[in-house]
Amino acid sequence: MSGSELRLFWEFVIFIIMLSVVGFYCILVTRNLIKALIGLEILTKGVTLLFIIVGHSTHQEALAQALVITLIVIEVVVIVVAGGIILSVYRHEESLDARALRKLKG
Amino acid sequence: MMLDIVLLMVMVIAAVWSVMARSLLKAAIGLAIVSVIITIFMFKFNASLAGVFELSVCTGLITVIFLSTIGLTKPMTHKQILEFSKDRARRYGLLPVLVVLAGSLAIGLLNVPFGFTLVQKASQADVRTVLWNLRHLDLFGQIIILLAGGFGAVILFKEIKEDEW
Repeated sequence: MSGSELRLFWEFVIFIIMLSVVGFYCILVTRNLIKALIGLEILTKGVTLLFIIVGHSTHQEALAQALVITLIVIEVVVIVVAGGIILSVYRHEESLDARALRKLKG
Repeated sequence: MMLDIVLLMVMVIAAVWSVMARSLLKAAIGLAIVSVIITIFMFKFNASLAGVFELSVCTGLITVIFLSTIGLTKPMTHKQILEFSKDRARRYGLLPVLVVLAGSLAIGLLNVPFGFTLVQKASQADVRTVLWNLRHLDLFGQIIILLAGGFGAVILFKEIKEDEW
């Protein structure tokens, strides 16, 4: 592996780490359920970018693309189902505050 | 190379903006910007099929899902906006500092000699060949997940009749 390729890889890794910090912070701090979902989405974006840069650096673009496509499918389904759950919570509680979920029983 | 760095910076700033924005609509738009920039990198690194998926599904469909979810909920009242604005500086003020700190730490790690190398095993296989021949179990998994998501959405979005309560 050439020095320039390794340098490119590390440059991307720095920004992927920053993106992951943003995603984790959002999930940990926010009380809004939609914002929490956005945090999860940002984390997934970091993973997607990591797949792409690793695929490019190892010359395995096809495998990386196959994994990214699988990741995108999972991401969409998670967002749709989580969005549905958030709307159900909103209809029930009239609030998007995650603290409202503490009252749930059963 | 310089353009890459600029794009990556814009991506991180858009992510921070989407987390810190008061309006959920702005947050969803920030997320779409992150997606668009990732799509640009996908096209640049010869992952055009994944790029098309990212652009159409993540930038398009997911943003629409977010906007619909936001549209189905009521916007914040004036009192809630005031409360949130007061609380925001305290809760999210640390985020830009943490992001810069994480970036600086990662840059510092660059100079540590890990002896890290990525194994290069050049493959000429097309993505379609890889999906059908190497990762066919993933395809079945995708179909099952899509079905599960479809059924989940049908159940969650089903209108409940008054007498069922």
